[in-house]
Amino acid sequence: MPTQERRPSALKNETDIVRLRNVGFGYSGRPSVLRDVNLILPQGSFHFLTGPSGAGKSTLLRLLTLSERPSAGRIDLFGQDVTQIPRAAIPQMRRRIGMVFQDFRLLEHLSAFDNVALPLRLNGEKPRDYAQDVAEMLRWVGLGGRFDALPPSLSGGEKQRLAIARAVITRPRLILADEPTGSVDRAMGDKLMRLFQSLNKLGATVLIATHDEELAHQYGAGLLHLENGQLQSIEPQPRPQAPVVEAV
Amino acid sequence: MTDAQPVVRKPLPVPGSLLPRERSGERWLAAVIAVLCFLASLAAIGALAADRAAHGWARELRGEATVQVRPRVDETGPTAASRAAEALSGVKGVDEAYGLDRKASERLLAPWVGEAVLPDLPLPYLVVVRLNPEAPASAPTLSRALAEAGLDASVDDHSLWRGEVERAAGIVTALAIAAFVLIAGATAAVIAYATRSGMTAQADIIETLSLNGASDRSVAGLYQTQFGKLALVAGAAGSVVAGLAMAIMRMVGGEAGLTPALPVRFLDLVAIVVCPILAAVTAVLAARLTALAKLAGRG
Repeated sequence: MPTQERRPSALKNETDIVRLRNVGFGYSGRPSVLRDVNLILPQGSFHFLTGPSGAGKSTLLRLLTLSERPSAGRIDLFGQDVTQIPRAAIPQMRRRIGMVFQDFRLLEHLSAFDNVALPLRLNGEKPRDYAQDVAEMLRWVGLGGRFDALPPSLSGGEKQRLAIARAVITRPRLILADEPTGSVDRAMGDKLMRLFQSLNKLGATVLIATHDEELAHQYGAGLLHLENGQLQSIEPQPRPQAPVVEAV
Repeated sequence: MTDAQPVVRKPLPVPGSLLPRERSGERWLAAVIAVLCFLASLAAIGALAADRAAHGWARELRGEATVQVRPRVDETGPTAASRAAEALSGVKGVDEAYGLDRKASERLLAPWVGEAVLPDLPLPYLVVVRLNPEAPASAPTLSRALAEAGLDASVDDHSLWRGEVERAAGIVTALAIAAFVLIAGATAAVIAYATRSGMTAQADIIETLSLNGASDRSVAGLYQTQFGKLALVAGAAGSVVAGLAMAIMRMVGGEAGLTPALPVRFLDLVAIVVCPILAAVTAVLAARLTALAKLAGRG
């Protein structure tokens, strides 16, 4: 049922954070990466996006971060049509999304503190206004003693926790993660997943792309499966997610 | 006594630059900008000196006219010249007029024809007319005054020479300005190239900044700040060296500068202050426009 919108039944009345309708995407001169994708992520939901390598998981996340525009269909984020969003309006929209990547995408010349402060700084905030928030966030992800550390001196797990801290420092309503446990060992992967769960409990909508379906089953969240550019299956979330309005 | 401990506040960390510094690449770029600013400073001072020289020469030529008198049959040359000088002295716009005696004329010609032939050479009878520099009498006015005095004479107000001198100086000034503009263009091209190279090398960083909410303008702002500062400092270094070179030339050459043809003044050195500022403005504009164009092309 590729054209049918996928919405966990328990969350039908929640506000939709993400809504894709018949979305298609292809890089010029190549076969379509995504075909006729329909998807709804309600507020406070937690989903895994699984599928083999090359299935289009990363492309779907790039569409959601507005790094690419769909070649067909419509994308709504936070209730707003962003399919043809003007380039100048993209930064404002991105400030509402937290992104976590497998390769961390940390700025290696900046300290851990400055990396976490980056989204706030780009939003025009002054150090005296964000210093305490950033310090608290670093402590929350277990990097309280590493404020001045440069990313190359951190372990893989520390880098990923730093990347998560940066992704959520602006309290985004949508968190997208692309293979966030791909570069860390199992134990650290579990820690990171618990971090995502905590953020989800605080009200964030979380979508994690992973090729590890076992991980998805282990955490009992909604499962979206991409194969050959199409969303092919979904399993309902075992527990409804109610948004919690609470500061991290 | 109180148990209260003093509160030690840790100073806020100074935010690091969002763009990493490429020290080795920046050194070469700074060297190129310093050299360009050195050349721009020389061109600016050259333009000022050429303009001053042209005005000086034209003023001197404008302040003097030469009258050649052809004596009547019944009078001698010196008498005719003396009568012409008397007639011209009363004309408005003439400060002074005097006949050039034969010895003075011979002194003028000696370098060209030699001493030996001068006694046998028929020389014209000349009157030197010093004109009021503020409101000089025109050649027709002088001719009219001479005609009214019954003199057969021709007036040369040096307008032909003056025009040539002014044209030549104008060309020198234009060339200096063109050199200045070309150097500014070269600076812009170098900065644009450096910006493009930097953005290509730092594509991952730019994407990270964009994904964290940076607008195209703020990314372009990072590059314009980086290259603007660099151009200001490097440009100042180049201009200081140019200023020192010019100051040495001025000191060695005395009041007229190294050559009277291009008189340099200490005040001209103020003009080179503008060069690094212009270099910085050029760098800021070039970096900003290049970065915005590249980001827009990235889609």
